[in-house]
Amino acid sequence: MGSKLIFLLVVVLGVVALAQLVRVYELSSKLRNRGEHEISTRDNNLNARLMLIFMILSYAGFIYLVLKYGWTGRGDAASEHGRDLDWLFNLNMIIITAVFFLTNTLLFVFSYKYVKKPGVKAFYYPHNNKLEMLWTVVPAAVLAIIIILGLKSWNEATAESSDDAIRVELFSKQFDWTARYSGTDNKLGRFDYKLTLDNNELALMTKETIDSAINAMENGPTGIKAIESKLNDNNIMLVPEDREKMEADLSRKERLIRLLCQMRERHDKTIDAMAWDDIIQKDTLYLCVNKNYEFNFRSKDVIHSAFFPHFRAQMNTVPGMTTRFKFKPEITTKDMRVKMNNEKFNYVLMCNKICGGAHYKMKMMVVVLPESEYKAWMESKKKSTFKDQYFASVAAPVMEVAAPADTLVVAQ
Amino acid sequence: MAAVAHEAHGHEAHGHHDDHGHHEESFVSKYIFSQDHKMIGKQFLMTAVFMGIVAMILSILFRIQLAWPGESSDVLTFFLGETWAPGGVLKEDMYLGLVTIHGTIMVFFLLTGGLSGTFSNILIPLQLGARDMASGFLNMLSYWFFFLSSILMLSSLFVESGPAMAGWTVYPPLSALPQAVSGSGLGMTLWLFSMAIFIASSLIGSLNYIVTVLNLRTKGMSMTRMPLTIWAFFVTAILGVLSFPVLLSAALLLIMDRLAGTSFYLSDIIVGGEMLTNHGGSPILFQHLFWFLGHPEVYIVLLPALGLSSEIISTNSRKPIFGYRAMIGSILAIGFLSFIVWGHHMFITGMNPFLGSVFVFTTLLIAIPSAVKVFNYLTTIWRGTLVLTPAMLFALGLVSTFITGGVTGIILADSALDIAVHDTYFVVAHFHIVMGMSAVFGMFGGVYHWFPKMYGKMMNTRLGYAHFWITIVGAYGVFFPMHFVGIAGAPRRYYDYTVYNDFDSNALEMMMDLNQIVTVFAIIAALGQILFLFNFFYSIFRGPKAPQNPWNSNTLEWTTPVEHVHGNWPGELPTVHRWPYDYSKPGAEEDFIPQTVPLADGEEEH
Repeated sequence: MGSKLIFLLVVVLGVVALAQLVRVYELSSKLRNRGEHEISTRDNNLNARLMLIFMILSYAGFIYLVLKYGWTGRGDAASEHGRDLDWLFNLNMIIITAVFFLTNTLLFVFSYKYVKKPGVKAFYYPHNNKLEMLWTVVPAAVLAIIIILGLKSWNEATAESSDDAIRVELFSKQFDWTARYSGTDNKLGRFDYKLTLDNNELALMTKETIDSAINAMENGPTGIKAIESKLNDNNIMLVPEDREKMEADLSRKERLIRLLCQMRERHDKTIDAMAWDDIIQKDTLYLCVNKNYEFNFRSKDVIHSAFFPHFRAQMNTVPGMTTRFKFKPEITTKDMRVKMNNEKFNYVLMCNKICGGAHYKMKMMVVVLPESEYKAWMESKKKSTFKDQYFASVAAPVMEVAAPADTLVVAQ
Repeated sequence: MAAVAHEAHGHEAHGHHDDHGHHEESFVSKYIFSQDHKMIGKQFLMTAVFMGIVAMILSILFRIQLAWPGESSDVLTFFLGETWAPGGVLKEDMYLGLVTIHGTIMVFFLLTGGLSGTFSNILIPLQLGARDMASGFLNMLSYWFFFLSSILMLSSLFVESGPAMAGWTVYPPLSALPQAVSGSGLGMTLWLFSMAIFIASSLIGSLNYIVTVLNLRTKGMSMTRMPLTIWAFFVTAILGVLSFPVLLSAALLLIMDRLAGTSFYLSDIIVGGEMLTNHGGSPILFQHLFWFLGHPEVYIVLLPALGLSSEIISTNSRKPIFGYRAMIGSILAIGFLSFIVWGHHMFITGMNPFLGSVFVFTTLLIAIPSAVKVFNYLTTIWRGTLVLTPAMLFALGLVSTFITGGVTGIILADSALDIAVHDTYFVVAHFHIVMGMSAVFGMFGGVYHWFPKMYGKMMNTRLGYAHFWITIVGAYGVFFPMHFVGIAGAPRRYYDYTVYNDFDSNALEMMMDLNQIVTVFAIIAALGQILFLFNFFYSIFRGPKAPQNPWNSNTLEWTTPVEHVHGNWPGELPTVHRWPYDYSKPGAEEDFIPQTVPLADGEEEH
């Protein structure tokens, strides 16, 4: 409390002191018979010099920042298209840095040089079409180069992925990521958000998951029957708000179950295999070096963004639609640790679209393995496909669905 | 009512204003429900200054968290109390709330309402030789809607469940689902209603500006004799009229999704354990609608600042603005292009990549008229005799920030490069310099330059100098280091960067260093604004009386009496004979020739 009072006192005294200073300054101006609108040569020169000093100091600051921090933290691009993008980024940086220095220097030097001096008259120079043409055409030409190079890289980065690309789905929700590998057939199983259950968090679509979703909605602890019996039970007194809420919940579930039943009727069992061999992986995303990957992104709740800063890859995950991005990791985690000069460095997948309070914590470690290690890991995972996990959980419904602990310790 | 108002104005425009005689105005009709454009302009300015202070304090609060994450701070407790900063540490949710309201207030209330609201109102009639705006009543309504929306926006800060927290772009589903973040409850509802009213205010204002510019120019004031300020306000108003309604529809659909159970933006969502039945909507639709306003909005903010600085730079260089017609052309080109570039905010939303390429092309085209403007400013000061008033310093500062922030736009407009820096601090640095700082500098320049016209008093020059130097040093100190944080890939809107400790401690160290530098500069810059506020309010009451034409300027506003009169000119409206930039014209005695001076024998118009 005391410190607050002192702080307040200092502010008040400061303002009073300022007022007095201004007063004195005004009186002295009055004595010299000079109005506020007349800028003295002294003031002009002082500010002109400050302009030049400011320019030099800010350039020095710029150069210091580039040398000290520059590209720290960015590191070398760890993906194929990333190398290309970095080359383009650096080229563009050089162009814009040159423009930055050129135009700012002209601005500050002119401000210094052409400050009003007694007896010098300004040069009346209202227009010159040749000059206008010059600084229309030159930027246009430079921009044409930037656009052409940029679109070339963009088209390559966003082109359809090759057929041999490994399909991986990244599923986002507040506030974590889950990966799903497409398994032996390299095809990701279908999904529908209405199938989400504790033992089917990614809502994969098979005959069994549809049946159990319908069953849960009908007979589960908060299912339709349970709600109906509660609403119809004369022995339970419900607060009107609670009753309204339950009725809304009931009608919501009735709509959903109708859709689920339609889904069951239309379901084609032959696609189930696509889902059964998928492999669900949490915490760490393992990738194989020098393999093409196509990532499919999904979101359960709000928009997130899958941002792999070191692979120069990013794509939003949007509820209600699937988005895609492809890349080919080229540097293993081990090699990157050497390059980054940091034993503990890891690749990471971050969320880069505001998604709620813990947005900043929403990340997943990414590990790029040499092919042999990756294969070994994959073999170990093939023993716990979605099918294995799902039927294990149906047999013992209480058991929490968790991937077996990873045998590899690269991530640590 | 409208007919009567129309008749009255038609009458006034013929210069018989004095015949009516003045009846004494009451306090309420003069200072509160005033229909006089000068008073309305000042009302906009005062409200915007207040909103700006609030938004600046909010930014200091979250900057403290970013520089010293998790450390207890008395400042946070003082402003936020135990609810939102328990033990002096900011809450995660409130961090997002502060960021959201800071952005919203700065973009809409300070830089849209404050900048174009203030200066369009004050300068359009004065520089065109009009008695007032086309409709004084609508003008008054425009301010009071603005005032109401300001109150609603501020009240969002005081809601128990917290202010809107979905970022100033309020992307659904986050902004549509209270289960997803607490601020998407009542806080977001207030945000939406505030913005809806703000849009109404902006529309009424803009229509009024357009009609005034087209219809109420005095004799001789052809379109190509208008000062560049008016051209900028005119194009800004057109942009506003064409784009703000789209934001209104975006907001209305969002209100429907929130309150009426529609599915415009929602599809296949499970949130807070609840499976929603919404199906078929698209969150991307909101982004298209939002940015269809959002990008023109950048120029709604920027063009008035560029217009003001054109006028200030020409006057204080004692030289005509170089390439007057090219400047008009570039304003028009920027205005047109601003409507077909919105997709560059959405390169990585999953939008078709080909559509992205089209937006790359159109976006980079904007660099051309922008370059023309910069080089024209440079040529204007070349071989001038620069009078470095505080306004001139701010205008020159604007050119610098316009360049510095503009060039990084070339990186961001390039979809391929955007992949790696999208939504990082690189973007934050870019738009704060090019839009935030440039517009703020333009606004300060405008206040220093036209203060004598607004209040009939002079501001203190020395304090103005100190204010400028602290502000420009602070601005660059805050936003320059952010580029490097962004190049390192640091996402924006992160509450705490110590999460980097888990995977890249070197990057963390660098980010913490830079974040502390940024925060220190931000605090210095914020304290520097006290000088301005003091100077501003002190001068209103006790500043020395302004002379008739303090900056020896050519434009019409300096021919009106220092003391404000209703109708602006006591006698007949002035007649215009020349463009507004006859500074240091060879053969003239003085280094300026006001627009009201007829051409001399054999003199050629520029």
